[in-house]
Amino acid sequence: MTTTTPMTPTTPSGGPPTKPPTKPLGRPFGRSGLTSRGVANAVILIAALYTMMPALWLLFASTKNADALFGSDIFSLGDFSLSRNLSDLFAMDGGLYGEWYLNSLLYAVGGALVGSLISVSAGYAFDKYEFRHKEKLFGLVLTGVMVPQTVLALPLYLVASEIGLVNTFWAVFVPVLFNPFGVYLARLLSSGYVPNEVLEASRVDGAGELQTYVRVSLRMLGPGFVTVFLFQLTAIWNNFFLPMVMLSDQHLYPLSLGLYTWNSSATVSPEYYPLVVIGSLLAVVPLIVAFVTLQRYWKSGLTAGSVK
Amino acid sequence: MSTVTTPRKRAGTTPPPADPARTRRAGRRQQRFAYVTLLAPFTALLVAVFLVPVGYAVYLSFFSEDHDGLGFGGGRTIFTGLRSYLAVLQDPSFVSGFGSIALYCVIFVPLVVAGSLGLALLLDSGLIRLRRTAQMLLYLPHAVPGIIAAVIWLYLYTPGLSPVIKLFAEADITIDFLGLHTVLPSIVNIALWSGLGYNMVIFYAALQALPREVLEAARIDGAGGVRTALQVKVPIIRGSVLMVCMFSLIAALQLFTEPMLMNQATPMVNSRFTPNMYIYDAAFRRNNYGLASAASVILLVVTCALSFAVTRWAGRRERSAK
Repeated sequence: MTTTTPMTPTTPSGGPPTKPPTKPLGRPFGRSGLTSRGVANAVILIAALYTMMPALWLLFASTKNADALFGSDIFSLGDFSLSRNLSDLFAMDGGLYGEWYLNSLLYAVGGALVGSLISVSAGYAFDKYEFRHKEKLFGLVLTGVMVPQTVLALPLYLVASEIGLVNTFWAVFVPVLFNPFGVYLARLLSSGYVPNEVLEASRVDGAGELQTYVRVSLRMLGPGFVTVFLFQLTAIWNNFFLPMVMLSDQHLYPLSLGLYTWNSSATVSPEYYPLVVIGSLLAVVPLIVAFVTLQRYWKSGLTAGSVK
Repeated sequence: MSTVTTPRKRAGTTPPPADPARTRRAGRRQQRFAYVTLLAPFTALLVAVFLVPVGYAVYLSFFSEDHDGLGFGGGRTIFTGLRSYLAVLQDPSFVSGFGSIALYCVIFVPLVVAGSLGLALLLDSGLIRLRRTAQMLLYLPHAVPGIIAAVIWLYLYTPGLSPVIKLFAEADITIDFLGLHTVLPSIVNIALWSGLGYNMVIFYAALQALPREVLEAARIDGAGGVRTALQVKVPIIRGSVLMVCMFSLIAALQLFTEPMLMNQATPMVNSRFTPNMYIYDAAFRRNNYGLASAASVILLVVTCALSFAVTRWAGRRERSAK
């Protein structure tokens, strides 16, 4: 709807879009230059402290045992019981935490892989083919983008309980595959990354349509695929309402729900507090690793998202 | 190369080069097979986890389980028409849920939009050292799952655990983050912490894509940094601003995780504090699926109406601006 088009994929064969020049021009602040520079940096510093402090607290708190957690100085390094906490974490309730971690990985990595393949394929089809009612179907996709997953959780539960899928792995795994925003994004990225000439050339060569998709287009869509994958990975890893509605068997819980139940127990038995803290710390690690290593991809995805 | 926004009418319509009609028909058949195959899994999901559940919820909202005696087992499903909707709409706890959401929006949306836009403009101003590091640090909370962000902040709000409360106590100030008037701002703070960096990156990306000539022109006209930011940059990226507003509003309507966790810690957050908590409570504590379905449908309609209204309004402003 707006006219901004920040997606500039210059290299069709992989490689993320090149960044626009980052050296900004708004420099001339005249005499007040020094002070405004100071103020601007101070504001950013305060904001960074605001975002960092809770994370730092989590880091320090995870080295404390239950007594020290409620004790005096959380930011001291005395009484370092990180390894104790770690072994307690994986030993508690018969190693439930390890199971939750594996479940989360399975839901998130598996779901994001399968889900983004489904979304990217659909987005590609929307971009490259003409068929009847195409824009109507795409309108439905856009409606799906507008409807948040949480609104669907209860309706999904009702259907799942009707067909006897409640409290199974599939009750959480199948709904998270649905990612209309991924389809929207993939359509945009496909028209940017895969030139139509490639398709025509491969048709002239007599290659099958699906063959072309798998061998040529999907490879060109690589960076777009990673973007969709990351978005979905985050969404599934953070998912809380759906598992809470669907699951009652603790062995099927993802981390979010597991930590929530431990936190409820902590109000009664405080020995859970250090476990929730260190469990939270470990639960944050995979996403941070994913975000730092795949930085350039999610940034291009965010930019594409703002094209709307 | 840079115009990506119009992905229509391309390959499918281009005729293959001078082939006999038979091969062309075969090619079209193959194309049809291709897009059907590519679209089938997504369409199946669209039906199975979107259309059918919504339809079923609408259907269920017109029925109610009629329990005899203790209500175990032998429940009969009877048609009750709009009774569930009336019950939901007349339930003060459901209406007050929307009230809390409205108050939450009034505080949260302006704060998150102004805050992240301000930070993005600062990053874009060329005054900031270590821009990439700053951006990474500010974005970090987005990688923290909502429930964990809520756990961290809840601990920082809990007397005895919180170094913040200790710090204030040393200055003889007692702060209760979970009190009657502070609990909503405390929830806003969690959402703000999670959302600030994320929205900042969206704004920053939009700012980076601004045509440099426009900024150069503003500079030649003698516009200062602040004026350029507010009068040149912000109007151009208003599309992104609107998008962030809309998504913040929609997300606010879904508020569940943070208050659900707070509900364990303070009586100030009751178990029907937001519409989603009401739905959860109706379905799983009161076992009233008719009521829960009706509430879900109402929330769905409100959400859709809101986002539709915002996009419409944005589209009209966009057109009148041209």
